[in-house]
Amino acid sequence: MDRFSRQHILRGFGKEGQQKLKDAKVLVIGAGGLGCPALLYLAAAGVGTIGIMDGDLVSISNLNRQVLFGEKDVGINKAISASDQLKSKYPEIDFQCKPEFISTQNAINVIAAYDLVIDGTDNFPTRYLVNDACFLLDKPLIFAAIYQNEGQVAVLNAKGSVSANYRDLYPNPPSVYEIPNCSETGVLGVLPGIIGTLQAAETIKYLSGYGQFLEDEMLYYNVLNHETYKLQISPNSEGRERMPVSVDEFRKMDYSMVCGAEESILWEDALKEITSNPNSLLIDVRELNEKPRLELHFPLEIPLSEIHNPRPEIIQSEVIFLFCQSGIRSLKAVQILKQSLIGKNIYSITGGIESPQSPINKVPYGT
Amino acid sequence: MEKINTSFKVIAFGMIAEKIKTKELVLEGIPNTDVLTGYLHQQYPELQHLKFSIAINKKQAVGNTMIPLGAEVALLPPFSGG
Repeated sequence: MDRFSRQHILRGFGKEGQQKLKDAKVLVIGAGGLGCPALLYLAAAGVGTIGIMDGDLVSISNLNRQVLFGEKDVGINKAISASDQLKSKYPEIDFQCKPEFISTQNAINVIAAYDLVIDGTDNFPTRYLVNDACFLLDKPLIFAAIYQNEGQVAVLNAKGSVSANYRDLYPNPPSVYEIPNCSETGVLGVLPGIIGTLQAAETIKYLSGYGQFLEDEMLYYNVLNHETYKLQISPNSEGRERMPVSVDEFRKMDYSMVCGAEESILWEDALKEITSNPNSLLIDVRELNEKPRLELHFPLEIPLSEIHNPRPEIIQSEVIFLFCQSGIRSLKAVQILKQSLIGKNIYSITGGIESPQSPINKVPYGT
Repeated sequence: MEKINTSFKVIAFGMIAEKIKTKELVLEGIPNTDVLTGYLHQQYPELQHLKFSIAINKKQAVGNTMIPLGAEVALLPPFSGG
């Protein structure tokens, strides 16, 4: 008897299916709400090599859904924390920890080393980047995403370029204006739990040949009423035309621009500029009742709804840094301000006040 | 003479359902997906700024596609959260 005996005796799966999982190399991009449950079940099922890629740090508001992490992990890199915990559970699995964000520069080399990719990221630029890299490298992509109470899962690129990919369904990336993410709209932790587990199920079926995976299909699931909808994705030349045709072209793509995002900056860099440049300005674009307020650095407080009409002190400043709760509204505010203040340096601070790097989270306890 | 029933059901997902304030509509007299998109943009101007795909009877419609009698049409926005 070993830890896979229940899979060995499962008719149609058996020791053969188990061996296929053991031989497989799976890369999970994003160890968040989707990635955590997917990782837990892939490791439990006995996938032999698991890459975990994420440049983000655990924050307290992640804990309702990112079930690999606890309060002691706040501030630690997600890929490191996830692989440490999973290694201690399953020492025979080769966990390959990549504590960095995926980019056009690292994507090709990283993805090429795996048999299959799971997209557990949380934004459109990265989703298009991962889709395009998997297309160029002929790697199957287990896609999933959520919005409020709904989730979607698909197996893309299952047989390379003859199969459906994300650009067949959505040729044009939405702009940041269009769809808020879950830190803006909220989410029950159990929804990404269900959808990420479905990603693990599709991965196991794809690798082992057991059952039918969602080939060229997107499954929609609503947690409020358990309604499902299965869409057959059709080939779409409009999407194919937008795909980079080579690795070289892929490396030159700017996915943040493709998706209408504007310049972002880290807290550390923004604060350096604010403290050294008297003509710089920090603006909190949240509503006045949103907590916690930032006492340090004396930000101007101008909610997003009022940002379209810039005050004189904004117009006079050289460099403007905007922040909000999680970094989404400040991106919108950058776009609005750029329309009236053409040519000015305007930045959105990544992660907002909830970022582990924000001055509120960086201040040591008791001071 | 009896009027031919040209109605069909539209189901909406994600943010589209939020903007049109219902998950289901019954429409009639709309022959194809281009006319449907125009109708939706006019009735619900907020949809003009949202990208979504259209499916007819659970198959993605690419380009302008005829809507058959009694079809089930789905409006499918992309999700990005994770």
